[in-house]
Formats: sequence, structure tokens, C-alpha cells
Amino acid sequence: MAAGYETHEHDVIIVGAGGAGLRAAIEAAAQGVSVGLICKSLLGKAHTVMAEGGIAAALGNVWPEDNWRVHFRDTMRGGKLLNNWRMAQLHAQEAPDRVLELERWGALFDRTRDGRILQRDFGGHRYARLAHVGDRTGLEMIRTLQYHAIHQGIDVYMETTVVELLKDGDRVCGAFAYRRDRGDFVVFKAKAVVLATGGIGKAWTVTSNSWEYTGDGHSLALWAGADLIDMEFVQFHPTGMVWPPSVRGILVTEGVRGDGGTLRNNRGERFMFRYIPEYFKAETADNELEADRWYADKSNNRRTPDLLPRDEVARAIVAEVKAGRGSPHGGVFLDISTRRPADYIKKRLPSMYHQFKELADVDITKEPMEVGPTCHYVMGGVRVDADTTASTVPGLFAAGEVAGGLHGSNRLGGNSLSDLLVFGRRAGLHAALYAKDFGGQLRVEPGQTESVAREVLEPFARGGGENPYAIQHELQETMQQLVGIVRTEAELREALTKLELLKERAKRVRVEGGRVYNPGWHTALDLRPLLSVAECSALAAIERKESRGGHTRDDYPTADPEWGKVNVVLRRKDGGVTIGREPLPEMPRELRELVAETH
Amino acid sequence: MPAFTMRVFRGDAAGGAFRDYRVETEPGMVVLDVLHRLQATQTGDLAVRWNCKAGKCGSCSAEINGLPRLMCMTRMNLFADGETITVAPMRTFPLVRDLVTDVSYNYEKAKTIAPLRLRPPEPDGSYRMMQEDIDRIQEFHKCIECFLCQDVCHVIRDHDAKHAFAGPRFFIKLASLEMHPLDTRDRIDAIRREAGIGLCNITKCCTEVCPEHIHITDNGIIPLKERMVDEFLDPVVWLLRKLRGGGKAPAS
Repeated sequence: MAAGYETHEHDVIIVGAGGAGLRAAIEAAAQGVSVGLICKSLLGKAHTVMAEGGIAAALGNVWPEDNWRVHFRDTMRGGKLLNNWRMAQLHAQEAPDRVLELERWGALFDRTRDGRILQRDFGGHRYARLAHVGDRTGLEMIRTLQYHAIHQGIDVYMETTVVELLKDGDRVCGAFAYRRDRGDFVVFKAKAVVLATGGIGKAWTVTSNSWEYTGDGHSLALWAGADLIDMEFVQFHPTGMVWPPSVRGILVTEGVRGDGGTLRNNRGERFMFRYIPEYFKAETADNELEADRWYADKSNNRRTPDLLPRDEVARAIVAEVKAGRGSPHGGVFLDISTRRPADYIKKRLPSMYHQFKELADVDITKEPMEVGPTCHYVMGGVRVDADTTASTVPGLFAAGEVAGGLHGSNRLGGNSLSDLLVFGRRAGLHAALYAKDFGGQLRVEPGQTESVAREVLEPFARGGGENPYAIQHELQETMQQLVGIVRTEAELREALTKLELLKERAKRVRVEGGRVYNPGWHTALDLRPLLSVAECSALAAIERKESRGGHTRDDYPTADPEWGKVNVVLRRKDGGVTIGREPLPEMPRELRELVAETH
Repeated sequence: MPAFTMRVFRGDAAGGAFRDYRVETEPGMVVLDVLHRLQATQTGDLAVRWNCKAGKCGSCSAEINGLPRLMCMTRMNLFADGETITVAPMRTFPLVRDLVTDVSYNYEKAKTIAPLRLRPPEPDGSYRMMQEDIDRIQEFHKCIECFLCQDVCHVIRDHDAKHAFAGPRFFIKLASLEMHPLDTRDRIDAIRREAGIGLCNITKCCTEVCPEHIHITDNGIIPLKERMVDEFLDPVVWLLRKLRGGGKAPAS
């Protein structure tokens, strides 16, 4: 090993310290193994902190009719049955325990009148199911996990970015990283590695995702030989801010609609009634009176179309804007001001109130918001074993947004925070068990760290004049224009061509300054995974010749039952990426029957 | 939209100086947007810490025209056209580079706070809590850990009493545990001795800079001080404590 590297050895290292990473770390530590938790930002600042609406869990506190079977069914139907059924089952079954566990660790969810955890309505969920704290549930969740974790003997490495996984033959044995604050390199040796790095949303211009979301875990896994599935499925959240330009993309919680808000076009029409797909007709209200009654009486009314799954709502907004019925700044109107009292809005949606007031000079208790789709989440990710979260590479596990399968072609709101808890725990547990069973020496293949280190330092030494910020910007524009909500083969191919050119230009990126906290350098290094996931997403989108969930093809506008039986699988081969189709795991009959129930 | 002169601190622990940059702005921009534009067009290595750009993560704390603020929630239309805007790192914490400081003191203090010690559940195994009993603690849970209150607190900033003093952020944390319906730990001694709450002379500077508008002083610190006074200075309570050997379990 070259001099000057900091080296740390753990049984289990966890890359990412949002909900999944923290929950994994807590569980691994509980198994008595040594745990290193690596965060790209400061502890407690990961993307989970921005989650707003709530954690989906069939606690049955508000609607006793609710149970894991209904949650399972909603999740599968929301994902248009492309979900890994076993993940969806475990998720629905275990989410309530994970929420109650947070409460025992100090989380304070909003309460029902009889002192239990209150649950709110959200898109695609048959019953009010989301445990929440106003509209800052993610903050409550990450802070609870953070303050629980710091007493469990976990070593935390803050502001440390992993750039490559280290291998010993077929198995993963550690990671190579750099520290932002000093610019130094760190070599982590570990028996098991858990990826909990979140998503890829920074590959688009209009996004609710922060700078961190550059697809690090997706790329690390791909480069280490793991399979990625479903990378064509990207969720555009229907409601992001659209004005002023500097806040475009910032999330507006689905809780606004869950709590009674409604979408309108520039003629004042509640247009969602015109966009109810056949698949959800039986469970969706077809008139305004029934939709409004549904909030209070779910037994005798069907759900408002404002709360159709996100993919449906996002497409409807795009269609309204295209037809010239949009708002002044290219979105539509989201109004809760005429539907609920001001005090209720401020109590239920305090951060939305604050956000619009401070950033857009809009008082949401008095006037409608302007909203439009914003890139929010990737359903695709590392292919994992449902029970253990193990990837196809020995020693490598993945949980949370970086893992694929649970959400199928479209994720329901609220199912992300529960995903993080359920599969974060499973990842920590199984990584720890794997580490305990591990026989033999931890050995890093010689030469690996040196070659990565050389590559990572190249941007300082090059003669080329490419600006990393400019390349990142062009990549985002390319994905926004050509791999957006509605896609065609010609545009997707054009995107691939442009990405190839950007890859070449990225090799000529030069950065100024030194290694200590240099965002130019960090941006240059983030281009490696960002280009990789952008390419994966475009390739998978070309491959799937149908429209389903978060993948809409103008040239193949309907869902194709044959495509409903397969995942698109991406794998690294000879420096490139191969694409294949593999059959979905087959669902047991009793679960198939649950899913077939229309109401 | 007008162009502004941004006077930004550049440098590290060894030294530095303010440097002026001229930047064009667009409608709705916040200070963080302007610094990002600077990074992309004029000075790629300008060190800024940020994440959510929506006032939710508390990463982008700085001192703007001398006031501790979040850069992502400070609109440019707050300033007069053509005004020179000074952006400096938080002064209380050691400088890493440019606008980024080493806030590890806060993470060290966090570890010294004993976690929740759970009371037994209801007979049905659940925990019931009434909304009115948690309203105030939910206010404390709004904290985004921007550490602006720590930055502005003169006990930390001017007297450098870091070793003996937890600071407003952690008084709020302690208050949220002390008032938590499920916590059984006696924290009064820890609040007095380890957290050093006696050093706070309630100037309310922390409350003024809190971007979440948490009533740090009135709802958090003062009630803690009152509990401490009741516990230690009231002779009857003091005597009872001695006789009982303490009620709740000690904090550490």
C-alpha cells in the first residue's frame, strides 16, 4: 500500500448514512461485529432528511381494516406488478414493527385522539397509512436513527466519498475513498459491504435530489460485477416547485393532496378526473363529490384521482401543460387554500407553508401553488436477494433506493421510508452474519488502490481545459431533454451519443486549487458514477419497448403483457455494459389472488 | 436582475482574506445559488457545504453581512440593488476552507447526551402519548442542526467555554428528552454539570438566529433552568432527594 493512506478495518462497512445506512449500521452493531459507517455529507444531512409526507405502514390505527395484505396489494399494483413479490411482502409485513421501533427510540409521530400514531392518506394507498410528523417525517426519522446510532459503538466517517469497491477475486473486500475535508485517501478493508447510497436524481436538471445523488452505489455495484435491474424506471414526482427558476424542482409533498389539496389547470378544472386509467377505474372516484367524500368515508367512496400513483399524475400534468392548459410558468395549480382552513394547513404542512412563503412569496393558505414534475427517485437498482439483500457479488449487500425490485415500475409515496427501515435492518443483519461466517484472510488484490488513486488525482495534473461543472450541466440537460418523462427510441439513441461525447470530454476535465474541500474536484469525480448511471438508464429505456410505470414510450404507448414478465438486467462486461431480459420471480397463488382484487 | 458584488472569505486555518466577485443574478435566487454560479463560472474550488437547498438539512450555515443565516434561505431580493454582500464562515468553529468550518465539536457534544431510557409499555404492549403532551417536544424536534445557535452563543463564541458547555442546540436536545413522555432518566444533574446550563444568561441570541423559529430560550432553556432550581435549590426537594437517594436513574 502506498504511503499516506489512512487504513481502517471493519467487519462490515456501510456506504451511505441515510435511513437505510443508519438502520443497517444499528442492526450490524447489534450483532456484535465492528461497523464503519461512511457518509458523503455530515451525519444527519443525508437525503432522508428531506422526506416529507410519511412512512407507509399498515398499523391500522386510523382504519382497522388495513393490514399487510392490503399494503402488499397496493404496492404491487402501484408498481404495475413488476415488483419483486417477496420484497413487497416482507416490506408490507415488517414496516409496522419498524415504525414502532422508531417510536421506542424516541421518535414523536403525530397522534390520533386516543394517543396512537396518526396516519395520513397518500397516493395509491387504499387506507390512510402514513405515519408522519407534519411534513417533516424524514427529519424525525433520520434524527431518531442518528441519535440511536451514536451510542452503539459505530465508527462514523463523515464527508467521505467512496470511489471504488475493492475486490479479492470474486468477492468484495473493502472500499477506496477520499475525505472531503482533507483530500486524503482512505482504504477501508471489510468482510462485507452494504451499499445504502440512495439514487441517481442529479443526472437530471429539474430534480428534488441534492448534489449527493450521483448514482455512486449503483455504479460501484455495476463496476464490481453486480447486476442492476429496472434502470429504465425513474420516478418524476408530479409536484415540484416551478417558480422562481432557482427553486425549480424542490419537492412539494404529496401530503398536500393527501390532506385535501387538489390539482387544477388554468381553466380551474380538476383535470385528474380525465386521466383515470382503466387499471385503477374500479377504485377511483369519477366525480368531485365522491372524491371529496372519500377523505372522511373510505367505506362508501372511492379514492380521489388526485391521489392516483405518481406516474399517472405526472403524465397527466405533462399532458395538460402540452395542451396549453398549464399555469403561467409551465406547471399546473395545486390548491389547498380554498379547501382547508389556514390553521389546519399550517399545522399539517408547516414546511410547505414556510418554503413557499420564503422562497416564492406565495402564501399557500391564501393562494394556489404552481407545481410540475421533478425527478425524484429511481426504482431500479442493484439486484438483491429479497430476504438477505445480498447482491450477485459475494460480500456485497444493498438496501434502500440503491436496491432494485421492491417498487417495480413505480414507487408509491411513503413506501421509501419504510423500505429504508425494513431492508436497512435486513442488510445490516445479513452483512453481519456474512462477516461472522467469513473464513480466511482479508486481502485486497494488489495494484487496485494505486490505480484508483492515480485516476482520482488526474484532474489536477491534466492539460485539458474542460470544466467539471459545465459537463455535469450538459449531462443533466441531455437527460432532461432526451430521457425524461415521455421517451422515444430516436431521442434515447441521441442521448447515448451525447453521453459518449461527454464521457470523452470528462477525460479532459481539469480542476484548479488543492485537495482540501475542493468542490470542483468533487464534481469532477462525481462525473464517473453520474455518466455511468445516465448511460444505464438510457440503455434500459431503449430496451423496454412498452410503457409502464415510470417509463413512458411515445413509440410504444401501452403496457405489453410480455414485458410485464421480465426485468431488464444490466451487467458489466469487457469494459462495456450488456443488456438482458430475465423473468420475474413467480408469485405464489395466494398472493396473486390478493393482487387481483379490484377493491 | 441586477448584478451584485459578493465579498466572499477565501482561505484556510493558516489565513485568508475577503475577495470580491461580480455576479449576475436571476429572479428568486438565494445566496447559495449565487455562490454556485461563482463556482461554475469563476472559481471552481470555492468551498461551500450544502445539501438540500430547501432549508431542511442545515448544512449551508454562514455569516451573511454579519448575521448567522442559512445561505439557501437568504433571498437576494433582501439586499438593495448593487449592494456588496459579505459572506463569511461561521466564526465560532475552526475553519476548514473558505466557507466550510469544522463543526465536529457539536457531534462530540451529541455523544455525551444519554439516550432515551424507555418506560414500560401499556398492558397491551403499546405506547400511548397524547398530542398535547408532545406538542412542545415536537417543536424541539424541528431542529435541523445548522448549528447557527451554537455559532452565535457568546459562551461558545467569545468565551470559548466549549469544554464545559453544551450550547443551545443540545439544551434543546436535553429538553426534548427531559420532557419526553417515554423517558425515565433523571437528567437534571447532567444538565447542570456536564451541559453547564448555568453559564447561559439567556440573552436569546440563539432564538433570534434559529431558521426553524424554535423558541430555544423560552420553551427549552428557561424550563430546564427552572427544573434545575427546583431540584437543587429548593430545600424540601433537596432533603427528599437525599432521603430517597434520588428518584429517577442518573443520566450517565
